Amino acid sequence: MPIQIEIISPEKVLVSREVDMAVLPGMEGDIAAMPEHAPMMLLLRGGVVALYEGDKVTDRYFVGGGFADITPTRCTVLADKAVPVSDISIDTATAQLEALSEAWDKADKTDTSRLVVLQDQIQAVRAEIEAGIAR
Amino acid sequence: MASLKELRARIGSIKSTRKITSAMKMVAAAKLRRAQASAEAARPYAAAMRRMLGELAGATRGEDGAPLLLAGTGQDKVHLLVPMTSDRGLCGGFNANVHRLTVQTIRRLQSEGKTVRLLPVGRRALNFFMRDHADLIVDHVTGTSAKEIPFSVASGLGDKINALLEAGEIDVCTLVFNKFRNAMTQVPTCQQLVPMVVEETSTELEASNDVAQYEFEPDEATLLAMLLPRNLQVQIYASLLETVAGENGARMTAMDNATRNAGRTIDSLTQVYNRTRQTNITNELIEIISGAQAV
Repeated sequence: MPIQIEIISPEKVLVSREVDMAVLPGMEGDIAAMPEHAPMMLLLRGGVVALYEGDKVTDRYFVGGGFADITPTRCTVLADKAVPVSDISIDTATAQLEALSEAWDKADKTDTSRLVVLQDQIQAVRAEIEAGIAR
Repeated sequence: MASLKELRARIGSIKSTRKITSAMKMVAAAKLRRAQASAEAARPYAAAMRRMLGELAGATRGEDGAPLLLAGTGQDKVHLLVPMTSDRGLCGGFNANVHRLTVQTIRRLQSEGKTVRLLPVGRRALNFFMRDHADLIVDHVTGTSAKEIPFSVASGLGDKINALLEAGEIDVCTLVFNKFRNAMTQVPTCQQLVPMVVEETSTELEASNDVAQYEFEPDEATLLAMLLPRNLQVQIYASLLETVAGENGARMTAMDNATRNAGRTIDSLTQVYNRTRQTNITNELIEIISGAQAV
């Protein structure tokens, strides 16, 4: 029995179809959404959402953080930013990483909340570059 | 009576005005279609966001230390108004309506003894409020008439509002923007962002309480703290998209009227032109004939 997966970015709906399993990059570790999964809300880190049909990965999407809402029949991913892995632009991501590292160097090291935000962003961009290289 | 030459010049200039207005109308119509499409595309995210917030708010209800965005500061002294307009004019009463509603709200709040701050969005609003209320403006954002509004505009705005709130500089935040009804009508509306107005869909909540006992990872409070600023941004984004759609709708209507008016003016001027020409010819003939008779 398949599960309905939706990947939604603020601008549009990227995916809305049925798959057998979706692996989500949770903040505290990857989580596989399968049919009959207990209802769950999840904070996502920057990483790749992999859609499985049978045992094969059919599609991979990079999400730059966001939320996921898993129910027994449905899995909704609210991504801050989402692109198919094949469309990742490594150059843009590298430029972003450089800008972020610069911001990190300049940032006030006592302002922890700002540092945490920056760290998450840097981690997300690194994950994007990795995903882009590995495709 | 205007001379023939003057009349010709006027007709010529109105004709070129008509060309411009009708071209602007076409452009606005095309942009309107695109703006409506992107407003349409942004809807599922907002809907899913609302659903998740509903669940979360239900789960954390009654706990202490609710985030500022949800509960507000508990005070009602300093109001931040965010009037949203376009960057460009020539769209009928579109921007003026927002200005009027904002000024009314400012007067009402001030007469109640509250402090008002302004964060105008769009160049039109900035110019307008610079004139009378420059001292109230805390910040401004422009770029609402760009081809496509990136989400980053909304997230930047959301972050600004959030920062003001965290710093304790504002207690309540309200958006003033044109709700897009159709290409002809936009309704200027006030929408309160902070403290958040949770739509009480009691039946839905009760139903979901039976069915879904959610697990949260990490915990509810962390999720809520992440979700609320997002929700703020999403609401701002939605109203930005409505503003863009409304602007183009209003411009389309205004330019359609202008084109029609130009056509009418050209018709009546042409009539005057023809009459004048005929009178001139008649006069000349009379002169020639009476001259010939005198000889």
